[in-house]
Amino acid sequence: MSSTDFLVHDSTDTVGVIVVEGVQPGQELTGLIMDKNENVTIKSLDPIPLGHKIALNDIKDGDMIIKYDNEIGKAIANIAKGGHAHTQNVKTNRW
Amino acid sequence: MTKQTFWGYRRENNRVGVRNHVIVLPLDDISNAACEAVANNITGCMALPHAYGRLQFGEDLDLLFRTLIGTGSNANVAAVVVIGIEPEWTAKIVEGIKATGKPVEGFAIEQNGDINTIAAASRKAKEFVHWATEKTREECEISELWVATKCGESDTTSGLAANPTVGNLIDKFDAQGATTCFGETSELTGCETICATRAIDEATSKKFMGTWQAYMDDVIEAHKTSDLSDSQPTKGNILGGLTTIEEKAFGNYQKIGKKTKFIDVLKPAEAPSKGAGLYFMDTSSAAAECNTLQAAAGYVVHLFPTGQGNIIGNPIMPVIKLTGNPRTVRTMGEHIDVDVSGILRGEMNLDQAGDSLIDMTLRTANGRSTSAEALGHREFVMTKLYRSA
Repeated sequence: MSSTDFLVHDSTDTVGVIVVEGVQPGQELTGLIMDKNENVTIKSLDPIPLGHKIALNDIKDGDMIIKYDNEIGKAIANIAKGGHAHTQNVKTNRW
Repeated sequence: MTKQTFWGYRRENNRVGVRNHVIVLPLDDISNAACEAVANNITGCMALPHAYGRLQFGEDLDLLFRTLIGTGSNANVAAVVVIGIEPEWTAKIVEGIKATGKPVEGFAIEQNGDINTIAAASRKAKEFVHWATEKTREECEISELWVATKCGESDTTSGLAANPTVGNLIDKFDAQGATTCFGETSELTGCETICATRAIDEATSKKFMGTWQAYMDDVIEAHKTSDLSDSQPTKGNILGGLTTIEEKAFGNYQKIGKKTKFIDVLKPAEAPSKGAGLYFMDTSSAAAECNTLQAAAGYVVHLFPTGQGNIIGNPIMPVIKLTGNPRTVRTMGEHIDVDVSGILRGEMNLDQAGDSLIDMTLRTANGRSTSAEALGHREFVMTKLYRSA
């Protein structure tokens, strides 16, 4: 059994959370979509630290970022599938 | 399932504590030195120095009194010595605490000086320590346990593991009639409308939304200089992978479980008055301020999930730390009471994690020192609403 590299709260989410240390570009990652208990695989494009988010598909500048089945902010740049989604390319809708 | 119980101290007003502190409580900042001198003189009592108490007025003064009287009234406190610069406000604190029936005595420094005040207060503190140390514990049901929660230095593992573990405990304790509390008004921003649906009825839901909106208008909008991106999420949150306040809020919200409804909205440090159940308290999201307010409302045990490793404690209320972040367990394990990082590895489910937190909560209630207690964390921090006169 391969271990889980990232977790996804809900099947509608567009980002997952890396739960292992030392993820490198080009690494094949296995994720678990928790509400469906299904596995998904993605190749990482960036070094992504433990706890940081990976884009689950191509996200366009201006798209809403979905996590917990809800909007948690918007993309302020294009984010490719497998890319690191964080403050450099995602911003709050609130302040 | 058999009913869970713990061993606590039943106080004069029938409330149950899990610690047996004798505290030396300053009315104001300038009485801290005398209180600390008494605590140095008499082994077994503890001073609670703080930064305020002079020239406060209006709602801010009400909150100071509520916080000090509430702290002294908490069932984890057996007896209280109050020291203030002048006798009138000192007496107000003493009378407020006296309503619980516990031993309390006040001392004023003006026209006595520090040395005479310290001598008299030390004699009284010694008498209280002898009295308190003869108290014994008795077996109590969960329905007599008051448990508060707040998270800190959260990261994405908080929303995945530590916070829903607290939520699992809240759901299980709610079913047994415990009195519980969550807060952090600004940190629900982004999921406030979803949180409002967890109120017991429409009136409570409206009260919650009114409280949230007032915080936004009167605190955030009134005082911000740019946006809040440099403060919410915190720099520690961002290092841990949290990107926006909305993401943080949805993680925070996991702490109240899946089923439990909140039955009322409390002002800062306000004691619950509607019986058993979950309460929302209007608090800052700064850990020491929030925990101090929850202890002043009467909560006797605290559950504190962290991601990147907040190290908070409280002088009178044991703060149980849990984390789902395996790196935090490795790098600062001395602060962690319950390790739920197994959730991230698929080795543990939320139900098992919740049970392990219940086990640690009952052991802590029975007397086990938390990491924060062993490490000497006694953060006692007033919430200040505005500048003093």
